[in-house]
Amino acid sequence: MNSPSLAVRCQNVIKTYDTGDQKVTALNSVNLEIATGELMMLVGPSGCGKTTLISVIAGILDQDSGHCEVLGEDLLSMSNQHKLNFRARNIGFVFQAFNLLPSLNAAENVSIPLIINGIKRAEAERKAISVLEQVGLGARVKALSSELSGGQQQRVAIARALVHSPRLIVCDEPTSSLDHETGHNVMTLLKDVALYKDRTLVIVTHDARIFDFADRIAEMDDGHIVKVKGTKG
Amino acid sequence: MNHIALKMLMGDRGKYLGIVMGLTFASLIMTQQPAIFLGLMSRSYSFISDVGLPDIWVMDSKVQFVDDIKPLQDTELYRVRGISGVEWAMPMYKGLLKARLVDGTFQTCNVVGLDDATLIGGPPVMLEGTVEDLRRSDGVIVDIDGARDKLGKPSPIPGGKPIPLKVGDSLELNDHRAIVVGIAKVTRTFQSQPVVYTTYSRAKSYAPKERKLLSFVLVKAKPGQDFGELTRRIRATTGLAAYTREEFMSLTYEYFMHNTGIPINFGISVLLGFIVGAAIAGQTFYNSTLENLRQFGVLKAMGTSNWILLRMILLQAVLVGTIGYGLGVGLTALFGYSMRHSILAFKFPWQLLLFSGAGVSLICIFAALLSIIKVIRLEPAIVFKG
Ligand SMILES: Nc1ncnc2c1ncn2[C@@H]1O[C@H](COP(=O)(O)OP(=O)(O)OP(=O)(O)O)[C@@H](O)[C@H]1O
Ligand SMILES: [Mg+2]
Repeated sequence: MNSPSLAVRCQNVIKTYDTGDQKVTALNSVNLEIATGELMMLVGPSGCGKTTLISVIAGILDQDSGHCEVLGEDLLSMSNQHKLNFRARNIGFVFQAFNLLPSLNAAENVSIPLIINGIKRAEAERKAISVLEQVGLGARVKALSSELSGGQQQRVAIARALVHSPRLIVCDEPTSSLDHETGHNVMTLLKDVALYKDRTLVIVTHDARIFDFADRIAEMDDGHIVKVKGTKG
Repeated sequence: MNHIALKMLMGDRGKYLGIVMGLTFASLIMTQQPAIFLGLMSRSYSFISDVGLPDIWVMDSKVQFVDDIKPLQDTELYRVRGISGVEWAMPMYKGLLKARLVDGTFQTCNVVGLDDATLIGGPPVMLEGTVEDLRRSDGVIVDIDGARDKLGKPSPIPGGKPIPLKVGDSLELNDHRAIVVGIAKVTRTFQSQPVVYTTYSRAKSYAPKERKLLSFVLVKAKPGQDFGELTRRIRATTGLAAYTREEFMSLTYEYFMHNTGIPINFGISVLLGFIVGAAIAGQTFYNSTLENLRQFGVLKAMGTSNWILLRMILLQAVLVGTIGYGLGVGLTALFGYSMRHSILAFKFPWQLLLFSGAGVSLICIFAALLSIIKVIRLEPAIVFKG
């Protein structure tokens, strides 16, 4: 077991995509530690492997070799079912494209992680509505995503990432589809509502305007972490 | 998750309706065409089922179906009457004769001659008069459809409906006078000719003079007599063919099944309905899954197991299948009901529900299977792809 103060510990993580005619090494021996309760940003040029790395950390992609301990558990050695349960309980997702289910309203979308965790629909929706209130959408709980602005949709998505109180939230370019002000508001929300002492946030971004929100920033290039720097002190 | 599955399915109204309509079409064709087929096929033996009383039909051994008349000598009747286990045996004449109508035109009629004394084998339903009226001189009973149409007098207005033949009207059968004494309702047969009932002796006088005129011997078994045993005994004693009513019906039915293009034609219709329905519904269902693939990916990333996703897709398939099937079967029933007074053949036994239900299920399973394979193979990592 690693120390409880580490949410993520990656050692020599290698991931190669085999597209048939060519192999692309997306992660070339990544070493990274993320502390519990911190907001870690992952930055770097396009194609350097940021998305691949958070996919491995979130347990939706298996690395080829190396160790990756997330919340004290080795994902690679887990059975499929165990990994599903692990994700359902511990991981929240925020995407660049929001990925809300268009035929469900905001409250129904937000209640999905609870339903996956076996909570009854009525209770799940009640909880979902209270989280929507926290993200400032208490008045739009019945709205479909087509009836919401981009910023509102991302707030619904954040509510969905929070509702089951996961210990790790992974975000891929959460502000890239939004204008500057909206992106700023979304980051404020993530920092204020999503982050707290037991919950870790990993945010992939190339949006320099939000770097200030990070506790630390890991810079990637060509499948490596080239530098990790703190923004404070 | 069921509720999410249903909302995902109905999220795209157009696709949802497309799937349901495809399945409705398939279910309609797979129910309605066989219903017409069964209706038609049951007409092949409806003359036999209309003749209610006798247990056993005796005829020439070469007869292949009910309209395939190979006449016997009258003496065969007495030989059959002499066989033990026979309660009674009656003669029946059945043949096509030309009738001359009042306006001088000729019409071929299916003439049925019944035993003079007992009139056994008469029409199943009398609309006017009674079977006993055949005892009156020159009396014949005609069926209502024939009376209204082919035997009717031409309309005074050109192109109008003919004036039906009525009780008291007369016609000529092979130069013999016949007077209508009754109107009957008979079940339609393949032969569209009017049916004319008369007595056996009168039928013989109408028919062209031949040595053999006896078409069938109708036999009632003694109470407690085993039919199988009795038919064997009749066959052994007379060298004729003897069938129970059911055997004769299925002989006739099988003849039409094997010697006409009817089953193939309907089989092709049903197959086409199945294929077209499967193509429309299956493809649209699969397309809808493809379009929702990202959503399935999100659910998978969030920890939904393949098993649950499989159940969600199955639920979607069961829902559209049930609706499409219900609509198709309902439309078929409506079709049959609205056609009940027409000449259209239509028979809708409950087994047909199983048949088309199995067909629709097959389409749904096929559609769901394609989608399930796609979703099970789906990598949850696609959720981060742009
Ligand atoms: N499914 C895949 N199959 C094949 N190659 C892939 C796949 N996913 C990513 N890659 C390749 O792996 C490398 C890293 O990709 P990744 O998506 O992790 O980069 P990224 O840093 O997130 O880039 P961006 O900033 O453009 O999102 C790239 O060269 C990419 O082309
Ligand atoms: Mg990326």
